[in-house]
Amino acid sequence: MTFFLQQVVDGLTTGSVYALIALGYSMVYGVLKLLNFAHGDIYMVGAFIGYFVLQAFGGATALVAPVAVVLIAMFAAAALGAGLLGVGIERFAYRPLRESPRIAPLITALGVSFFLENAVLLLFGSETRLYSTSSFIPFSTGVHVAGVNISLVRILVVVLAAVLMVGLRVLVERTRLGKAMRAVAFDREAAEMMGIQVDRTISATFFIGSALAGVAGVMAGLVFDQVFSLMGFIAGLKAFTAAVVGGIGNVPGAMLGGLLIGLAESFATGYISSTFQNLIVFGILIGVMLLRPNGLLGRATLQKV
Amino acid sequence: MSTPNDAPPRIGVDEWVARSGERRDRGSGPSAAIVRALERVGWWQRLAVIAAIVALFPLLTSSDYAVRVGVNTLLLATLALGLNVVVGWTGLLDLGYVAFYGFGAYGFALLSSNQLGSSGIHLPSLLAIVIVVVAAALLGLLLGLPSRRLQGDYLAIVTLFFGQIFVETVTNVAPKVTGGPNGVVGIDPLNFFGLEVTTTRGYFYVLLIVTVVIMGALHLIDSSRTGRGWRAVREDPLAAALMTIPVNKVKLLAFSVGAAVAALAGTIFAAFQAGAYPTDFDTPFLILVYAGVILGGSGSIAGAVLGATVVSVTLELLRNPSQAATLFYGLILLTLVVRVRPWRKLGAVLAALVAFGFAVHAVIGAISASAVAGHPRSGGWVGDALGSWVVVPADPKGPGNIAFVVLILGLVALVQLKGTARTVLLVPLLYLAAFVWETRLVAEASITRQILLGAILIVMMNARPQGLLGSKRVEVL
Repeated sequence: MTFFLQQVVDGLTTGSVYALIALGYSMVYGVLKLLNFAHGDIYMVGAFIGYFVLQAFGGATALVAPVAVVLIAMFAAAALGAGLLGVGIERFAYRPLRESPRIAPLITALGVSFFLENAVLLLFGSETRLYSTSSFIPFSTGVHVAGVNISLVRILVVVLAAVLMVGLRVLVERTRLGKAMRAVAFDREAAEMMGIQVDRTISATFFIGSALAGVAGVMAGLVFDQVFSLMGFIAGLKAFTAAVVGGIGNVPGAMLGGLLIGLAESFATGYISSTFQNLIVFGILIGVMLLRPNGLLGRATLQKV
Repeated sequence: MSTPNDAPPRIGVDEWVARSGERRDRGSGPSAAIVRALERVGWWQRLAVIAAIVALFPLLTSSDYAVRVGVNTLLLATLALGLNVVVGWTGLLDLGYVAFYGFGAYGFALLSSNQLGSSGIHLPSLLAIVIVVVAAALLGLLLGLPSRRLQGDYLAIVTLFFGQIFVETVTNVAPKVTGGPNGVVGIDPLNFFGLEVTTTRGYFYVLLIVTVVIMGALHLIDSSRTGRGWRAVREDPLAAALMTIPVNKVKLLAFSVGAAVAALAGTIFAAFQAGAYPTDFDTPFLILVYAGVILGGSGSIAGAVLGATVVSVTLELLRNPSQAATLFYGLILLTLVVRVRPWRKLGAVLAALVAFGFAVHAVIGAISASAVAGHPRSGGWVGDALGSWVVVPADPKGPGNIAFVVLILGLVALVQLKGTARTVLLVPLLYLAAFVWETRLVAEASITRQILLGAILIVMMNARPQGLLGSKRVEVL
């Protein structure tokens, strides 16, 4: 039982990170109908930004400011940096292709992803960098009940992810920007005719989605400790699985999918073997795609001609 | 009121669209004349002449390395031809393509090595190849089946994950059979009725024959019912269905043809390097094949081969610093000559660039001697020539990294700007590019290769989606 609960805790933490990345995938897909393969790499850049902010504050073992301040600075910088990167990528690589055949932006996205991975490799090298979280947020802080360890970092990650998701939900449902985003997602041309500034709305979507990925990157750094240039690829694939499982283009679906994938992965590691972890997650994706192509919460869309 | 014959129709109207082919045929200038002269020669004759020229290549060089590059180029060309069927003609985004290449390699490996059973299976090569290729075609059919329900992007997702699952499977599942991360070694060479192919030259000729045969077959298919069906499905599946084209069957067929071609290339690859290793079939290689197809022009047979050749040879040249430098500066100069018009402007930009470099070198050298202490990393005469022009600090890594980021931001800005501002910005950016090249890119050749591939995809899709040889699509709205 203890083991089971521990897997649940781990799964929820990982799942929160995946869910945040999945949200970005889903939002971008919603407004542009574009699978942004570069999204996982934006997450990786966010993790790197967090790492360098941490170093700027003196490094994990010799922080010159209170831990809370450092954390806020890390999250804010990663969100801002990743957000701007996302906006830049959209402006430069995707916008000129908006009216091209569907396949063109997809191939470009593949190129952007590959470019980002290798640019970071060039800049920072291939060595793995460590956040060393336990030296400024000791593992002992947190809840330890009946053999189940819930460290403070994990609580922080889950709570922050939940707050961000609720915030995003409010933004999409209640604000003018959210309304504009839904309108653009529904029908871009009609939205433009109604006076919605489509370009600006799309830029905002990319900013928010990428900022969430940046935050997820810092979270991953805090929880898993390791940051390296290829971390975005597999995490991106899994978050993508989460978005698809939940129903791509669907915000609550992405959250649900993220948590499910996190739990599946954690149970696969705990009960079967960590070797097959990726295979199981990818297998789930193919299964969902074959049986329920619109995801768990997605609705089948009819194509109008 | 003028008739359409004496006044050219307005750009974009139906009449203009209808005459787009005519306009291309009538084109002026030397390039159009060359194209017309080429077109008078039949397709088959052109293929034969080019194949004959390529066949002379191993005889002209004594270096085994050069022929080895030739073998890799032909392999990539074959793969590009197969991918072109799926992506270029049928418009399906297949991100698991390389897994079929791997399937071919592993399939051949298992059928011609000591891996299976107590003393291994050693089938005659032809039989093994036929079994593997047919199996791959069936697998392609099986994987393509989802495309009946999963339209558009969903197919890309399923194939992407199929590719990942393939790599994970051969690495982690049943390491006794597939050798795990170490792969399969000790594969028999190709063997045709007792004639063993053991030399690099031998594989070159085998691949040349395979490539030419595939090109011929694809040319026949291209102008057949099936080929027209593929292109119709690419342009508009719904309209194609209304024209009674069996859309699903046509898609599945494209998938399995692509898979079979990839598997065929895989079998030869496995025999050539006498081993099959999982890392050969991962995402970077997929990007490489895509870069070849996109660069050459997706949808064109000659384009796929040309693109694969350019990509393969370019990446090979990047391994050697002095060749890489010639290539890099040559390419920049060529781009300038093609893109910057008129000649006066080009001359001004180049003169300004030279002056700018010497000025920067002098100023920075006066401020700090260590900032110009390094020598350009490019070897050969290019490196010597640039010695007092480009600034290379004693410790180039930090400044080089910053310059790399600034260069990318600058290029993004360059695309947004117009007119004089663009020309003015061009000069410092070109200098910055030389600086980044000498300080970082030459030193990290393998990363530079990858960055280049990513950049090819982004730039080609944005600037020239039809590729080097593809014809521009004109769409009537």
